[in-house]
Amino acid sequence: MSARPVERPGGGEDAAAATAPAEDASVPGPRPAAPAPAGALEGAGPAPGATDGPADPDEPAAAPMGPVANAAVALVVMALGGAGIAGSWSLGVGTPAEPSAGTWPLLISAAITVLGAALLPQLRSTRDTEVFSAASWRVVAALATMVAFVAVVGVIGFEIPSALLALVWLRFLGGESWRLSAIASVAIVAAFYVVFVGLLAVPIPHLF
Amino acid sequence: MDSLTPMIDGFGVVLEPVNLLYCLIGVVVGMLVGVLPGLGPAATIAILLPITFGTEPVTAVIMLAGIFYGAQYGGTITSVLLRLPGEASSVVTVFDGHALARQGRAGTALGVAAIGSFAGGTLSIVALSLLAPVVAGFALDFGPPEYTALALLGILLVATVGNGGRLKAVIAACLGLLLATVGRDTFTGAERFTFDSLSLADGLDFVPIAMGVFGIGEILHNLEQRHTAAAAPATVANAWPSWADLRQSAGAMGRGSVLGFLLGILPGGGATLSSLAAYAVEKRRSRTPERFGRGAVEGVAAPETANNAASTSSFIPLLTLGIPANATMAMIFGALLIHGVQPGPELVSAEPELFWGVVNSMYIGNILLLIMSIPLVGLFVKILRVRAAILAPITVLITLVGVYTVRNSVFDIALVIVFGLLGYLMKKFGFEPGPLVLAFVLGSLLESSLRRSLLLFDGDPTGFLTRPISGTLLVVLVAVVAVPPLVSLLRRRRAQARPAEAEDTRV
Repeated sequence: MSARPVERPGGGEDAAAATAPAEDASVPGPRPAAPAPAGALEGAGPAPGATDGPADPDEPAAAPMGPVANAAVALVVMALGGAGIAGSWSLGVGTPAEPSAGTWPLLISAAITVLGAALLPQLRSTRDTEVFSAASWRVVAALATMVAFVAVVGVIGFEIPSALLALVWLRFLGGESWRLSAIASVAIVAAFYVVFVGLLAVPIPHLF
Repeated sequence: MDSLTPMIDGFGVVLEPVNLLYCLIGVVVGMLVGVLPGLGPAATIAILLPITFGTEPVTAVIMLAGIFYGAQYGGTITSVLLRLPGEASSVVTVFDGHALARQGRAGTALGVAAIGSFAGGTLSIVALSLLAPVVAGFALDFGPPEYTALALLGILLVATVGNGGRLKAVIAACLGLLLATVGRDTFTGAERFTFDSLSLADGLDFVPIAMGVFGIGEILHNLEQRHTAAAAPATVANAWPSWADLRQSAGAMGRGSVLGFLLGILPGGGATLSSLAAYAVEKRRSRTPERFGRGAVEGVAAPETANNAASTSSFIPLLTLGIPANATMAMIFGALLIHGVQPGPELVSAEPELFWGVVNSMYIGNILLLIMSIPLVGLFVKILRVRAAILAPITVLITLVGVYTVRNSVFDIALVIVFGLLGYLMKKFGFEPGPLVLAFVLGSLLESSLRRSLLLFDGDPTGFLTRPISGTLLVVLVAVVAVPPLVSLLRRRRAQARPAEAEDTRV
């Protein structure tokens, strides 16, 4: 069928353009790192979205990970399969004629283990990974805000955690000014309040 | 004639004001999302699922379908104007679309794309209306063995279409299947992988998984990747294509419609593959292939027609067999299940209003798309200027608050974060989240069909091969697994022999 499919194996329509035919010079690279379009648009001035954090504005598309990281990935997959096998075993393996609760998970776990092992011969040729960069701290910080959100939302309602989350994302992750961050985070929470509490009347925990 | 009455009644459903409104909302939201690089249609549907809970099932699906094909067109706008495909299915549109824009003919490219999208979508709906009931009637005879083979084939095709990371895609699919086993076993009542947690006893919910790996995972990934965004051009002149342009692209639209329709039905095919294939066909047919990549109108018309035709026809396996053909269809499948609708062969006869309502809404959606696309281009260009830094926290909060509203559960917020982290890590390590979600959705169907089949066959797995339909499907399945590695091996040999050939983007 396809000699050079652009679609990633996910088949997801949202699969990024990252696998575009590399030979064609007119194809942009992986979307997030694509350079400003050549020609024609130079006059348009700097991008309004140019709000890079402290990390490297000109960093090229993330490089693939090395063989060690690839080996770690394969081992994690195999370990996961192994844990699945152990878990399904304790549920009862059953027989083909009388499958038990553990039969199906056992089959899948075994498949995961085998497929994980099949990753091992490709350690050096794997190119579809991305190294963690200095910018990865933003992901950790973002996760921390979400964990904090879920920890307190049931106790003090969504307003304060939402405002704080928005503030952190705007000011520290997005590099917006203090003024804009403060105004926008209050505005976002107000809008959410109107939509979720006022209009949709959903039972989200709220203070007021 | 029997099927004609419900088909016409379906228009009554669509023309209800509330459904028209949601169709409009869906198409507009879809276009917006297509314009904003980053979130794809699957992620958008995941994030917006909770707001459909208050509506009728048919209304919900009408809106979600609108998002889907709206996004196909929205992606075109960034492809043409910025050389950034908003969606994977718009990648090939970049070649000629952006070349046209550089010649000051962005309006021509967008106009041809809009008309092609309309033509492809509409022809595909007509074919869908005729074909879907036939497929559904045929599938009524399917038993557990057929469904086992079908679900397996669907998952495997979605996981293996594509050249890179096939192995990882299959691993992701297996992980999805394993996640689907969490909770109480429906046959024996045994609790599986619940770790004695009450929250897990009923199994994992589809919504936090999909919202996590698609929505939060994507946002986290973008957060790390954020770089200088491309600037949008200030204006787009002459938004309508000339008659000469249309005459030149008519053939491409016709062929694109047929190709898109056929490839859309195939699991894993979908919009992206069909746009690429349609482009390749036009380039090969053309007497002047050298124009392609330098601003050939057909190079925009063919892929844009094909991807809309394909996004329409990919509803066929979902609505008639209950097998979603791609990640976005998996989201719509999940949405239907949440609304208490089981997609499958009985849908056409059991819920004709829903079936024909959804199908016919696509005509309206395509008309809306055509009407709105060109006047709204200016607005979309403005939206491209909204900073990602501002959109990201809003999207995250919609996700966190939205997932809570599904089951009023703080546990689900925690789950969405966990799966967000998983989605992010999967992307980093080269695992696509699509197969995971699709396999999760099909997991319980696959397991229960397999176990029922084994009971039926008295434990003899060769029973699958002796039944004609399941046997054929399994042969296809083996071919799917075995053929691509063989083809790539042959190609590599040929490429070594003739390195110059490798420049072709042919399909």
